[in-house]
Amino acid sequence: MTEAIGLVDTPVATESTRRGFIREVLFGQRASVVGLVVLLFFVVIAIIGPWIEPYSTTTQVGPVYAPPSSQHWLGLDDGGIDMLSEVIAGARVSMVVGFAGAAVAMIIGGGVGLLSGYFGNKTDIFLMRITDYFLVIPDVPLMIVAAAVFGRSTLNVVLIIGIIYWTSTARLIRAQVKSVRERVYVKRARALGGGHGRLVWKHITPQVAPLLVANTVLTIAIAVFAETYIAFLGLEDPSTISWGKLIQNSLSGGAIFHKAWWAIIPPGLCVTIVILAATMMGQAMEDALNPRLRVGHLSVRRFRLRPLRGRLESE
Amino acid sequence: MSGADYLIKRTVFAIVTVFVALTLNFILFRALPGNAVTGLRCGHCTKQFRESIVKQYGLDKPKLQQYFVYLDRLAHGDLGTSTFDNRPVWDDIRGPLVNTLPMIVAGTVISIVLGVMTGVIAAWRRGTLADTSNTWSALAFYAMPTQWIGILVVFYIAIPLGLPASGIESNTLGILSTPSTWEVFSDRVSHLFLPALVLGIGLYGEYALIVRSSMLETLGEDYVLTARAKGMRNWSIVWKHALRNAMLPLVTLIALSLGSIVAGAIVVEDVFSYPGIGLATIDALNRRDYPVLQGIFLILTLSVIIANFIADLVYFKLDPRVTE
Repeated sequence: MTEAIGLVDTPVATESTRRGFIREVLFGQRASVVGLVVLLFFVVIAIIGPWIEPYSTTTQVGPVYAPPSSQHWLGLDDGGIDMLSEVIAGARVSMVVGFAGAAVAMIIGGGVGLLSGYFGNKTDIFLMRITDYFLVIPDVPLMIVAAAVFGRSTLNVVLIIGIIYWTSTARLIRAQVKSVRERVYVKRARALGGGHGRLVWKHITPQVAPLLVANTVLTIAIAVFAETYIAFLGLEDPSTISWGKLIQNSLSGGAIFHKAWWAIIPPGLCVTIVILAATMMGQAMEDALNPRLRVGHLSVRRFRLRPLRGRLESE
Repeated sequence: MSGADYLIKRTVFAIVTVFVALTLNFILFRALPGNAVTGLRCGHCTKQFRESIVKQYGLDKPKLQQYFVYLDRLAHGDLGTSTFDNRPVWDDIRGPLVNTLPMIVAGTVISIVLGVMTGVIAAWRRGTLADTSNTWSALAFYAMPTQWIGILVVFYIAIPLGLPASGIESNTLGILSTPSTWEVFSDRVSHLFLPALVLGIGLYGEYALIVRSSMLETLGEDYVLTARAKGMRNWSIVWKHALRNAMLPLVTLIALSLGSIVAGAIVVEDVFSYPGIGLATIDALNRRDYPVLQGIFLILTLSVIIANFIADLVYFKLDPRVTE
């Protein structure tokens, strides 16, 4: 099962210098540049939000569901609160949950992948079994239960997302580590008496780090998506504003019957754009880093989606 | 590895996964510090009240003993009792499950048909406008939250066209006269249509992208070239030669996305007030009805595991090379 991976001697495309890596992987392709610019735009909005929100997100500034006007570009919501300010404030929580959730998944998945790929044998079998089980158990019911049991806070949402979405990262990193471990320079370092810690940290981690970053960018898309689910089910901290919460508000606040498209469209559109950007960027980076992952030499644009990968690589 | 070995391996895996799910269910609800009682956020609950609940659920016994009691009850088909209406959990969730099933099946069928159609067209017309537009729309629908698609469909399609967008049957049905079986059936279908469509649209993007890349790969194979050289018609090249092989990754993907189908169904039911398992989940959440929530989690997890197992068998049937 492990030998069928076929990743034994795939060189990482860019091994030259750090600057060369950034140039080729990040700026070499249009998709990743566009994705990066869009993501950065929303990150900046999230950071400077408190200074650019035109109105308070807690006080009523006009009639309920007032349409967009020159004072309120995106109109008002069911509580007479400025929608533009809410969408900007929502970016903060959604981006924090997206990035932090993906970071937690990166740490767990990267750690499991490194340990499993480096030590092999029983460690590998044990960790990959756990990964298999996590892959099969449906994520959203688990998310609902965990959020309900642990209580409603942004930190819990981040942790839950991280704990659920680490599996494909673990598999990808494991495969990569298995190939890096067999390279000559790693063997030489081992022969010179390098300990496990030094080998993993100094020789293997730098080689798999770019792939880990690319994979984490893909996980951001999934984390932002998951946040909308959690918020929609009312499992988020009730006092926060996020895009998922705004989508939920548009339904529960009766925006449909007030014909208030301005309360429905913007939050969902933001989520869609961020997910598209992160997916494009992560995919382009992974393709540049790991040629073997490319599907079909004929494809014009190579779209692979995450769930497929774990299973196909293991069988 | 022989075929029998493979089947045994998958069967063992499925059984162990069921036990992992059962244990996880137990740990999440009973063993963690935040159990069902500390989760009760009532300001006026007295200490005695809390203790009586602890006793009622056997939370004061050792964890291991609780675990075996829990397994024993499950083995007898006892999912516990709802804390909301004191009915057995199974009675509470059976109805919603029956309502959800046709919607999930219809939604999955819609997503597969849409996904295969757009994927095949995009691959066949590679590099043309048909490819670009199909691929981008698939990617866009993949990125949209399902509940948002649902709200948009209600807003821009259901209400302007006067289609039913809420509930499972019309309020007026059966008021003036006893409806015939056909009337009940068509009424149900009309209420089922939009939720299933939204579920399908939310899922098809992923399938379309996979079918497209998988088709591109098979269309480049020698046997496709041979078929073309023999003068076969385009559709029979696609249908008989390319698509059959291109479907393999889709089988795996569908099995793995069963979780997303369930997830989609939960939010779609909320948007359309469709009285299925999703709405039951949300009700149980709002009522903090942990036994029902636990039962739903268990049923959903078990169905996904079983469906995955079936997909493994189907995959084996389609491609015996999997054992190599």
